[in-house]
Amino acid sequence: MKAVTTTKKLWRKPLDADKAKQPQAEIYIIKDRCKGCGYCIAFCPKEVLEESEEINARGAHPPKVKDISKCAVCGYCMAICPDLAIFVKEKTDTKKEAEKDERKE
Amino acid sequence: MVVETTHPLDMYLRETGMHHIWCTGCGNGILLNSFVTALKELELDLDKIVIVSGIGCIGRIAGYINTDSFHTTHGRPIPFATGVKLSNPELKVVVISGDGDLFAIGGNHFIHAARRNVDIKVICVNNFNYGMTGGQQGPTTPLNISTTTTPYGNIEHPFNLVHLAAGSGAVYVARWTTLHVRRLTESIKKALQKDGFSFVEVISQCPEIFGKSTKMGLPVDFMNWFKRASEIQHFSDPAKAEITSDRIPLGEFVDIEKPTYEKLLRERIIQVQNKMQGGA
Amino acid sequence: MSEKNRALSGKHFYSGDLACAEGALAAGCRFFAGYPITPATEIAERMARRLPQLGATYIQMEDEIASIAAIIGASYAGLKAMTATSGPGFSLMQENIGLAVMTEAPCVIVDVMRGGPSTGQPTMAGQQDVMQAKWGSHGDYEIIALAPSSVQEAFDLTVEAFNYAETYRVPVMVMMDAIVGHMWEKVVIPPLEQISIKNRKKPTVPPSEYMPFKPDKDLVPPMAVFGEGYRFHATGLTHEEDGRPRTESIKVQQRLVQRLCDKIRKNSDKIVKMKPVMMEDAEVAVIAYGIESRAALSAVRKARNAGIKAGLLKLVTLWPFPEKQVAEIAKSVKTIIVPEMNYGQLVREVERAAKDTPVTFLPKLGEEPHKPEEIFEAMKGGI
Repeated sequence: MKAVTTTKKLWRKPLDADKAKQPQAEIYIIKDRCKGCGYCIAFCPKEVLEESEEINARGAHPPKVKDISKCAVCGYCMAICPDLAIFVKEKTDTKKEAEKDERKE
Repeated sequence: MVVETTHPLDMYLRETGMHHIWCTGCGNGILLNSFVTALKELELDLDKIVIVSGIGCIGRIAGYINTDSFHTTHGRPIPFATGVKLSNPELKVVVISGDGDLFAIGGNHFIHAARRNVDIKVICVNNFNYGMTGGQQGPTTPLNISTTTTPYGNIEHPFNLVHLAAGSGAVYVARWTTLHVRRLTESIKKALQKDGFSFVEVISQCPEIFGKSTKMGLPVDFMNWFKRASEIQHFSDPAKAEITSDRIPLGEFVDIEKPTYEKLLRERIIQVQNKMQGGA
Repeated sequence: MSEKNRALSGKHFYSGDLACAEGALAAGCRFFAGYPITPATEIAERMARRLPQLGATYIQMEDEIASIAAIIGASYAGLKAMTATSGPGFSLMQENIGLAVMTEAPCVIVDVMRGGPSTGQPTMAGQQDVMQAKWGSHGDYEIIALAPSSVQEAFDLTVEAFNYAETYRVPVMVMMDAIVGHMWEKVVIPPLEQISIKNRKKPTVPPSEYMPFKPDKDLVPPMAVFGEGYRFHATGLTHEEDGRPRTESIKVQQRLVQRLCDKIRKNSDKIVKMKPVMMEDAEVAVIAYGIESRAALSAVRKARNAGIKAGLLKLVTLWPFPEKQVAEIAKSVKTIIVPEMNYGQLVREVERAAKDTPVTFLPKLGEEPHKPEEIFEAMKGGI
């Protein structure tokens, strides 16, 4: 499915670019809920997601993360998904939280 | 990326109802997502919410949300909701239904409930056709569109629902597309907290069925139409808010204060009872 | 005026419509949604005046379809609710009567019958809707219908209608012909504590275990209402016991439709009400209801004076039809006469139950019921 690009090209670097902290994202995909509409892939402002090769129980290609470092945790994918198949969380700093969130694939 | 099996909003959904029957990319799914997000953000007591739906694909939504709910006959969620609200004014009563259910068969009920300013919230998911029965024309189908019952092109002018709602007396009127999902959630939140008849029109895609009529077969095609044609301007004239292929006026159109039916009823009852006591 | 004063106990001179409204209030009706229609308008007007006095809701809806939808909503929000109409409005309500049956919503619908079909003769009485009460909506279903024949019965049977609605979770029709609706007679309203009131069964399990359409042994499910924390789903689609729609399952359809019908059929002995007069040794039986039963009573007395062994079986419940009881009577009498203010409705049920016993039908179209002499002549001819 062809993605519609929505990223803007900035003509100068933002003044607080060095201070701004890139949030660390965790994207959760409930693969078998996905029906393959493509909204999350098409409308992610940072083009973080792409269609995967695998086929889920519904016969659709769920999304997969292309580059997690680009994710700004804007939450649009989570808001736009008609099947509540994707959500995003911001990773917190404490080690305890990191251990709790760790999952084996 | 982490593999998960539950979603943070799952607690707002009925286990026995999900997963929903809606097609790939269906706007109903986005509205479901937006609505339960609004419930979450407002931290409303789920025991005091009643969802009433009509007949159509969107009608199934009542079975998916984890609150008291009722799925009525075609066109009748609004009078049913009126009965519920007047019987227990503490309940928050939300009607979620489609363009055909609310404005064809249910049109009469809509204008009267708006006129009375009954404190119910009405969310109309407008996908421009009757999707569940295979794509027949509806009261919001654009001119010239070919549907299964307008095979040579629609010759009927569609409703301007925002104008209809405003003209009937609704105290809050807003229109968003499913693409503008976060603004939609904000309007839903506003409607849920507003006193009086509140109406939110959700311009929604029906890629499988209306997609046939419009040759927009892919879900993303609809979203691109919404993106291209949407024009957001708050409190513009509802009379000029018709939807065309080039222009979908969005925003809040009406946000006024007016005594609700319940308030006037309560005042009248107190008046009557006081008079009786005084006379006795 | 408080709740406990809701019954205007004492002796009154009322019309049938007024008595019906007062019966509803005495039974605990707290919600009325209606639409003006001759000859039922007086019921709405009385409710409009009395309900606010009791702190309760009267609302005039935009049409009869909205009226019945609103009372189903009120019922699901926990109130006893009623609407009143006549033939044309009754026709409009049929689809949602089906919804009330399918979602097992207790409610009362009064049909003050007038001449039909269509707009007909709005100010003239008839008994032309009695089949419609049972068969008006689509699908297989059962309801309960009562026919008052006096102003006192208009009061008493409206109370009974609410009791039946609450007990069996079913819409109950009060089929009052316009003569009974508009005539004025003495009515005695007992003190509230002497009026027998029934309320719907409430769930005895917590919300996590509650199934909104799981019946008890009497085939009636306990009813939770909105706002009590049960978070249940009710739909007009064929559904499971937990409320989930199941539009593809044969078994679920069979179970549900059979239970909705058996709920009334298997309990019919407890529901059926009739008043036999001089039936013990009768050879000629007159089976009648509503205003016709009063003319019939006069005719039966005339016949007895003339030496004919006549008896009257006054039907109080029209539906469920007392098949067993009529079949019994048919075996012991020589002939049955059925006078109705229509062109042949309940007589068909009598014929079906009476089998080989001859049944004479006396039709009457237009405002006036049969004169007792007309029924008497038929009785003479029947022997």
